Amino acid sequence: MLLLALDTSSAVGVALLEGERVLAQEQHHDPRRHGELLAPSVRSVLAAAGVDRRDLGAVAVGVGPAPFTGLRVGVVTALALGEALGIPVHGVSSLDALAASALAAAPVSARGPLAGGFVVAADARRREVHWARIAIDGGADALADPLSGWRRTAGPAVDTPADVAAGIAGEGLPAVGRGAALYRDTLPGPDVLAGASGDAHDTVELPLDPDPGVLGALVARRLATGGELLPPRPMYLRRPDAQVPAALAGR
Amino acid sequence: MTLAADPLVLGIESSCDETGVALVRGATLLGHAVASSVDEHVRFGGVVPEIASRAHLEAFLPTMRRACEEAGVTLADVDAVAVTAGPGLAGALLVGVAAAKALALALDVPLLGVNHLVAHVAVDVLVSGALPERSVALLVSGGHTELLDVHSPVHQGRQGVGAMRVELLGQTLDDAAGEAFDKVARLLGLPYPGGPHVQRAAERGDPAAFAFPRGLTAAHDLRRHPYDFSFSGLKTAVARQVDAHRRSLEPGAELGEAFVADVAASFSEAVADVLSRKTVTAAQERGVQTVLLGGGVAANARVRGLLAERCEAAGLDLRVPPLRLCTDNGAMVAALGALVLADGLGPSPLELATDPGLPVSTIIV
Repeated sequence: MLLLALDTSSAVGVALLEGERVLAQEQHHDPRRHGELLAPSVRSVLAAAGVDRRDLGAVAVGVGPAPFTGLRVGVVTALALGEALGIPVHGVSSLDALAASALAAAPVSARGPLAGGFVVAADARRREVHWARIAIDGGADALADPLSGWRRTAGPAVDTPADVAAGIAGEGLPAVGRGAALYRDTLPGPDVLAGASGDAHDTVELPLDPDPGVLGALVARRLATGGELLPPRPMYLRRPDAQVPAALAGR
Repeated sequence: MTLAADPLVLGIESSCDETGVALVRGATLLGHAVASSVDEHVRFGGVVPEIASRAHLEAFLPTMRRACEEAGVTLADVDAVAVTAGPGLAGALLVGVAAAKALALALDVPLLGVNHLVAHVAVDVLVSGALPERSVALLVSGGHTELLDVHSPVHQGRQGVGAMRVELLGQTLDDAAGEAFDKVARLLGLPYPGGPHVQRAAERGDPAAFAFPRGLTAAHDLRRHPYDFSFSGLKTAVARQVDAHRRSLEPGAELGEAFVADVAASFSEAVADVLSRKTVTAAQERGVQTVLLGGGVAANARVRGLLAERCEAAGLDLRVPPLRLCTDNGAMVAALGALVLADGLGPSPLELATDPGLPVSTIIV
C-alpha cells in the first residue's frame, strides 16, 4: 500500500512509502511557513516517486504535541486529502516518530548511547519542551529495529527543560531532538553518533525533528502489527491563551 | 486548463469565528453549511484567535460534508476550490487555506485564494443573478467597517480590462462597527455578541434620549476623512453616560431597564446615522446608482432601516442579501471564486500564503 506521511510538528516533512520502504521524501525547517510549504511538498514528493495521488492508500500524520499553528496545517491537510481521495487518515505521536527517527539515524552498531533509554524533546516555545521518555526493551537486540523494541514510559508532556532534567536526574538518560539541542546545558545528550565504518571522522547527526519517512514506516508497522495509532486530531497539551476580561470575571 | 461552462466551485471561509463551506455553480447556491465557535468566545467578550483556530479544524470536515450533502454533490464533482486568503485572523485563515490546498491537490482542480471583503460583495450574485456594473458597498461586521467602490463589468471574461475591480473609499480608523456594539453591550451589562442584545434593548428605548457623537462628520474631519469612520469616541461617550448614571444610583444598583434601552437606542441611532450618511454621500458623489450592504451588522434593524430610508430618499437602489449570506459564510467565497474564474483570473499557486492584512484591491492572490 502507498502511504503518504506528513508531519508539521516542527519542520515540514512529507514522505511517500510503499509498505515501510520510503520512495521519496522532503523536509524543510521553516517554522513560520508550514502553510506555504506543505502542499507543494506533497506535490513534489508524489512527482519524484512518479505516483498518482489517486493510487494512495492511506495518509499518516504526526499529531504532535506541538505549538499550535503549524501543527494544524499538517492535520487539516491530512484530513482534507483523506476525504477527497476517500482513504483513511492515521495519526501518530510526533514524539514517537522522533524516537524512531533517532534510532533509525545511526547504524545498529552505533546505537549504544541510546541503549539504556533516552528522552525525546521537541521545542514547545515559551522556554518549554514537549517531551517523552523512551525505554528500550531487551537490550541490544531490540536496538536492531528502530520501529519497535522500545516503549514510551513517560509523556507526552510539556515542561521546562529544568523540570524534565529534574525528572530524569539520576537516570542519566540522554536527550535527543530539537527541544534538547536548544537547551543542551540542561538536557545533555549526543548530537552525533559514530558512523558504520568505525572511523572517528565518520559520524551521523541525530535528527532534530521527526523524519517523515520514519514516521510513515512507524505507522505502516503499527497498522500491520498493532501499536498506538491516534485519531487525526492535534495534541496541543496546552490550553488556549485567553484571559477572561476583568469586567466579565465572576459572572 | 479548460473548465465546463458553469464550473462547480467549492468555497471555504475561515477568517474569523465562522467555518463556512458552500457549493456554487454559476450564480446558483447549491448548498452551504456554517459552524460557528461564537459560544466558546462569549465568556471572553470577544473572539479568541486560538479558540477560533482550533474550532475551525474540528468543524471543517463535518461542515464540508453537510454542504456537499445539501448540494447533492460529491467532492469528485468539484471543478475549483475557492478559499478566503485574507484579510482575517492569521491562524484561522491558515486552517481554511491548508484545507483548500489539499482539496485542490487531491481533486486536481484550480485553487483560488480570494479576498474576504470582496466575497461579501460577490455574494449578491447568488441573490440578484449578477453584480451591478458599479456599486458602493458598505461592509460592516465585528472585524470590518469598509466603504468600497466596486466595478464589475457585465462583459466578463476579458482578463484585466473586463475583470472586477475594487477600490477602498474609506474604513474605520479604530473600532469596527460590530466591535462598538460588543463594547457598548459590555458597558450596559449585556452579553456578547453585543449586536442582537443591544438591538433588543434599543427596541424599547428613545433614539433621541442622548445626543451621542457622530465620528468624523464635522466639516474639518470630512475634508480629510470623507468616507472614513471612527467609533471609539462614541464608545467613550456611552461609557461616560453610563458612569454618570451609575454615580446617581445607590452603590451596586442596576442601571435600570429604561436607561439601558435609551442608551442602546441612542447608540444604535448614532452608528446607523454615520454609516448610512457616508454611504449615501459616497454613492452620490461618485455617481453610483446601487448600494450593497454586507457583514454581520447588516442584521441590525436600525442600520438596515435607516440605510434603506436614505437610499430611497436619494433615489438609490439598495441590495441587502438575506442575513445568512451577510454574516461570514462559504457561499460568498464560492460566489467570488465563480466570478474570478469567469473573469479568467487565477488559479492561485499551491504556495499561496495567507495574508491577514490583504488589501481590498487584491481580489485574488
